[in-house]
Amino acid sequence: MSYVRVRSIGLGAPFMCSTESHEMPRPPLHPPGAANPARPTVRILAALALSGGLSACNTVVLNPAGDVAQQQGDLVVMSTILMLIIILPVMALTVFFAWKYRASNKDADYQPDWDHSTQLELVIWAAPLLIIICLGALTWVGTHLLDPYRTIGRIDAKTPVAHDAAPLQVEVVALDWKWLFIYPEQGIATVNELVVPQGRPLQFKITASSVMNSFFVPAMAGQIYAMPGMETRLHAVMNRTGEFTGFSANYSGAGFSNMRFATRSVTDADFTKWVSGVKSGSRNNAGALDRATYLKLEKPSEKVPVIHYASVSPDLYGAILDMCVEPGKMCMSEMMALDAQGGLGKAGIRNVEMLAYDKYGREASAKANANPDAAAQRELAWVRALCKQEPGQAPDNTVKAPANPQSLTGAGLSAPQSVAWDQGADTTAHLSLTSRN
Amino acid sequence: MEAVVHNHWSPLLGRLWWDAIPTEPIVLVTFVIVAIGAAAVLGALTYFRLWGYLWKEWFTSVDHKKIGIMYMVLGLIMFARGFADAIMMRLQQAMAFGGNEGYLNAHHYDQIFTAHGVIMIFFAAMPFVTGLMNYVVPLQIGARDVSFPFLNNFSFWMTASGAALVMTSLFLGEFGQTGWLAYPPLSNLAYSPWVGVDYWIWSLQVAGVGTLLSGVNLIATIVKMRAPGMTMMRMPVFTWTALCTNILIVAAFPVLTAVLCMLSLDRYLGFDFFTNDFGGNAMMYVNLIWIWGHPEVYILILPLFGVFSEVTATFSGKRLFGYTSMVYATMVITILSYIVWLHHFFTMGSGASVNSFFGITTMVISIPTGAKLFNWLFTMYRGRIRFELPMMWTVAFMLTFTIGGMTGVLLAVPPADFVLHNSLFLIAHFHNVIIGGVVFGTFAGINYWWPKAFGYKLDPFWGKVSFWSWVVGFYLAFMPLYVLGLMGVTRRMRVFDDPSLQIWFVIAAIGAVLIAVGIAAMFVQFGVSIMKRDQLRDETGDPWGGRTLEWSTSSPPPAYNFAVTPIVHDIDAWEDMKRCGVQRPTSGFRPIHMPKNTATGVVLAGLSAVLGFAMIWYIWWLAAAAFAGILGYAIAHTFNYKRDYHIPAETVVETEDARTRQLAAAGA
Repeated sequence: MSYVRVRSIGLGAPFMCSTESHEMPRPPLHPPGAANPARPTVRILAALALSGGLSACNTVVLNPAGDVAQQQGDLVVMSTILMLIIILPVMALTVFFAWKYRASNKDADYQPDWDHSTQLELVIWAAPLLIIICLGALTWVGTHLLDPYRTIGRIDAKTPVAHDAAPLQVEVVALDWKWLFIYPEQGIATVNELVVPQGRPLQFKITASSVMNSFFVPAMAGQIYAMPGMETRLHAVMNRTGEFTGFSANYSGAGFSNMRFATRSVTDADFTKWVSGVKSGSRNNAGALDRATYLKLEKPSEKVPVIHYASVSPDLYGAILDMCVEPGKMCMSEMMALDAQGGLGKAGIRNVEMLAYDKYGREASAKANANPDAAAQRELAWVRALCKQEPGQAPDNTVKAPANPQSLTGAGLSAPQSVAWDQGADTTAHLSLTSRN
Repeated sequence: MEAVVHNHWSPLLGRLWWDAIPTEPIVLVTFVIVAIGAAAVLGALTYFRLWGYLWKEWFTSVDHKKIGIMYMVLGLIMFARGFADAIMMRLQQAMAFGGNEGYLNAHHYDQIFTAHGVIMIFFAAMPFVTGLMNYVVPLQIGARDVSFPFLNNFSFWMTASGAALVMTSLFLGEFGQTGWLAYPPLSNLAYSPWVGVDYWIWSLQVAGVGTLLSGVNLIATIVKMRAPGMTMMRMPVFTWTALCTNILIVAAFPVLTAVLCMLSLDRYLGFDFFTNDFGGNAMMYVNLIWIWGHPEVYILILPLFGVFSEVTATFSGKRLFGYTSMVYATMVITILSYIVWLHHFFTMGSGASVNSFFGITTMVISIPTGAKLFNWLFTMYRGRIRFELPMMWTVAFMLTFTIGGMTGVLLAVPPADFVLHNSLFLIAHFHNVIIGGVVFGTFAGINYWWPKAFGYKLDPFWGKVSFWSWVVGFYLAFMPLYVLGLMGVTRRMRVFDDPSLQIWFVIAAIGAVLIAVGIAAMFVQFGVSIMKRDQLRDETGDPWGGRTLEWSTSSPPPAYNFAVTPIVHDIDAWEDMKRCGVQRPTSGFRPIHMPKNTATGVVLAGLSAVLGFAMIWYIWWLAAAAFAGILGYAIAHTFNYKRDYHIPAETVVETEDARTRQLAAAGA
């Protein structure tokens, strides 16, 4: 239906061309083997549009290694071309008019009172409008398709994701000033090293410990903010093996420049090997990552070398997200559950200290809550019983990729309202655990 | 490097202690140079006995023309400071490769990029825009001053006080290390415990009051004080854009004030608007600051669109093409600028529908903007274009801004933004529109109206040197940044490890040096023009063949602007008067009612700066005293009934007779 709507507003060739280069395993319109005709056109135009020198340097944004980033990069090129349809004539006309109507050229027409033409006015409003209609349609479709919360629907232009394929989950925590990656399935964790199997869908759950960062591996997929007490999601896939760089794309303080991490895309076999290496190997091995180790790791540090943790407490990521790694800290979800029930009244005033995460300085709060006394422990137990909350469970705001992969045409896209609210029914107590709005 | 802890506090001096004096050698050397320079200027002022003149004729003046000029001077000084920051960043980034730490440590570098953004937007671009509007709008609408002349003086000094606070941070304490919009949680007390963010808060809070009041003032002026016959649809386009800009200011700046207040409450009183714990939400800050921040960029650009409209029509010797659609385009931009703010943070995790909505509204803005460009284009069409400096800047703007607009629309596509957000591509984009639009427009405006303000044209040779250095320098400095953005390089980086990037940063640094040449040439142009003012003199008051009312009076205009209020019959009122042969009235003058100068603006704004300073350093007694002083002085001022005077008819006759002789001598 959307397809019909999109077509009916008169999208012409540029849009169709985007259809073919972006979305993929639609039944081939061209004989198999014949190159998709849109792609080379795009490339040639891109080469024209962007200076020739660009291909010489490593423009990772336009030539990434992951399918998501590739589609995003293609969208950059596509939009640029679409806009150049109007930008180039305007620039050419500016130069031409400036030259032709220069004062010294007495041969040129001079009509000092000519100041209106309805036809021209129509054209100058309509031309940008038409371009924006095309670009708007491309935007609507592209934004939904490449929503970072949306699960991967295809490995690349030709390979849809198998129905039963489970993504590799990676939990990402931005720390001052390094990155922690937790692999829940494998039960391992690393610092400043992200290794992923090529060709497998990846699901990142992202949060931060102190300030806002942005998780960005340009070769893999676009960025998304990492924010304390909140979880953002990113879905991606790597299409070739190799070494890439990831970093924080949002300034986060003194050590920001060195918040880089190696990102390696490897074969399945190498990935398994790497996992067992992390578990048993001696290189960089720092043992188990439990709450106490995390609290030490979390303290600000710069240029941290790669660290491997052979094992990781299964509830650690949830506790980080819920801001209650310290045993004496009340989880945010518990606090919200209490608030949702109307609060504890005067009785609740006593426990303010166990609510503090970093307001009075992260280190001071962490220390204060690290070794709760018996009274605090009783109180926490009581609160947990009271709200029957399982701490550290963020709502799953993932948007499922449609079963039908012809989605760039509009088919298979869910209606706007269903995207945001369908899954949200049970999330009141956790609302701020997600940045979704 | 371990963060230095500053936890000294005393009742008398608050947090101010010896450790407030920076120890970084670069800052110290700067301090010495600035101190010597300041001493020289102050000494010269004293030696030539200029203090009284400055105080009486300028600082306490309520004349919109003098206030406009003071805004421009403030803008130029702060522009120089902001540019010094810029070139330091360029140098650092061109050096810091492969283990080389460059010459700036993180503490210093992070302050520089924060200060650069804050200064360029709030204390360079805003004064430029406000200065141009202040000077030109009353003249264009045939008024003798703005609606509230004292308020105008007060607004200027509030802006200047904000600037003074920023400058103080360079030598006393530190500035924020947060980026120019100071996103929490980083800007909260837990992560920015010392004075940097407080300097940021109070300088903007103080300057913001000035901006808001100036907005109120100019709206009232434009709505209420137009010459008879000047209906809304006969207002010059610059006045139209000024009106829309000031509406934006009045609607948007209170949001900034509120969000700064909330951040202050968090930092000073332990509130939890934007903290991580206790239910605070930093995302709310990001939304609020951009609800102000996006209209702000249109506040900056709209008046310059007006400048380009005036310049194009004047130098093409032709009526502006599509006046009506120009006006509607301006209004559409004004309204749309409120519903696009989320495009500054598509990457914060909004749903696809929300992101698409804001992406598409952003693109829609390009339609009226495009229409404006076409209007300028068709104004040139069948014109007689004289390529004087203002027109050169305008053509450079049309070409440059188009590129910036295109990359802006590109960034409005959310999936494209995911890979380009916060990258140097973004930096290149907004410098492309701000330099290509606001800065080029300001220079067009300065070259265009300078003869009106001072009675002589600016020297064209040095103007052209400045123009070409700027244009070439701009492209050299920022096109590499587009490339770097596509190479996945993010903003605000201090050190890099991929050596293949370095060449692009070196090119960008060369571009920055060229821009420095352009800036220097502009100051030389001012100096040379002042020295050659007799050769460059314009006696007619209308050196460019102007079309709007400001060109109908003398250059510089008398204090009262117009001896007799003009009557308007056409959009291009002055062009129409020239064509119909309207004679300048030479008799029948009456005394003119004028506002008196007052020191209240200087005093109140000075006390506000003291209040800000005291709050920054936790000197509570001083803050209380300054606050009481502000209240007391403001109340006392309301009892000042000697606020106006009349210019006697004889003086007007004398002035106008002199003008008649001047015109006769010039053969006009």
